[in-house]
Amino acid sequence: MGLLNKLDNIESFETGNFVFSTVESLLNWGRLSSIWQMGFGLACCAIEFMAANASNFDMMRFGVIPRPSPRHSDVIIISGTVTLKMATRVKRLYEQMPDPKYVISMGSCSNCGGPYWEHGYHVLKGVDRVIPVDVYVPGCPPRPEALLEGLIRLRDKVRHQSLSKA
Amino acid sequence: MNAVPIEAIHADLQSKFSDMIGDLRREPAETGTAYIIVKAEWIRDVCLYLRDDPQYLMNNLNLLSCVDFREMKGQEYQGQLGVVYHMSSLQPVGDEWKTIHSVAIKSYVPLSDPHIPSVARVWRTADWHEREGYDMFGIIFDGHPDLRRILLPSDWEGYPLRKDYKVPDYYNGMKVPY
Repeated sequence: MGLLNKLDNIESFETGNFVFSTVESLLNWGRLSSIWQMGFGLACCAIEFMAANASNFDMMRFGVIPRPSPRHSDVIIISGTVTLKMATRVKRLYEQMPDPKYVISMGSCSNCGGPYWEHGYHVLKGVDRVIPVDVYVPGCPPRPEALLEGLIRLRDKVRHQSLSKA
Repeated sequence: MNAVPIEAIHADLQSKFSDMIGDLRREPAETGTAYIIVKAEWIRDVCLYLRDDPQYLMNNLNLLSCVDFREMKGQEYQGQLGVVYHMSSLQPVGDEWKTIHSVAIKSYVPLSDPHIPSVARVWRTADWHEREGYDMFGIIFDGHPDLRRILLPSDWEGYPLRKDYKVPDYYNGMKVPY
């Protein structure tokens, strides 16, 4: 019951056995507690991303589980340089994910092109030119703590989304 | 097997292939790495000779690279594309493998019609290196088993490492410049 007590609009009764909530906050709580990510890395940011997944930073404590297929995933973390060749693939992977789906853009390259902004003929200058981004994590590459901060921001966003708009 | 200095290799190649072999050069002169200039049409035969002759046995192609020389003012190869071959002979010495000797070879091809024989059948290493040379510089390696783009998507236009390359405004509907 510990987690349920933190939900908005919830009252637990001393006799136990039942709780009141709204469908919206229950759904949001479920979604933000099991953000399944796509097991997908592009460049050196993926190393930090893997470190965030490993035991020191342990992203799994937020319910983030790497999935092998976009059809199982809720979030795609764009971890690295998006080349033009890859951009078409990234877009296709995003389109294969079921709704609701979220995008975390990790690192300078996928935010805005990074060091390739001027002479990178092959680099997409920001993944938001192809797919909509929810959270941008700056850094080159960002430390795992920064990625976790981005994930917590995404959880805040999910917590406050409304059914009628989503 | 004894190490052969590059001067001796150059003299032997000149006696074997006569005027298909150019000068032995160093850039910068005196201190730079020596290389041998070979006419582009004969590069495959020279490479095969260097690989198979028991004196040299160049069994390893370290690197095949391409250069755009169009802005090299005052050089006779100005306005040409260059292909550079670094090869060496790796042989077992006692318990370990060692580089016995190595040699660098350069060829020049004209920008207007960049054709050069492929050495992919001499060393398998050259297969992907030549594909990258084709991808980035548009040099056609005649006789290559599978000359396609290797890094860029197959519908890409132009050769990005040429000095006159302009970044496209759009690629498949995606804006490219910042």
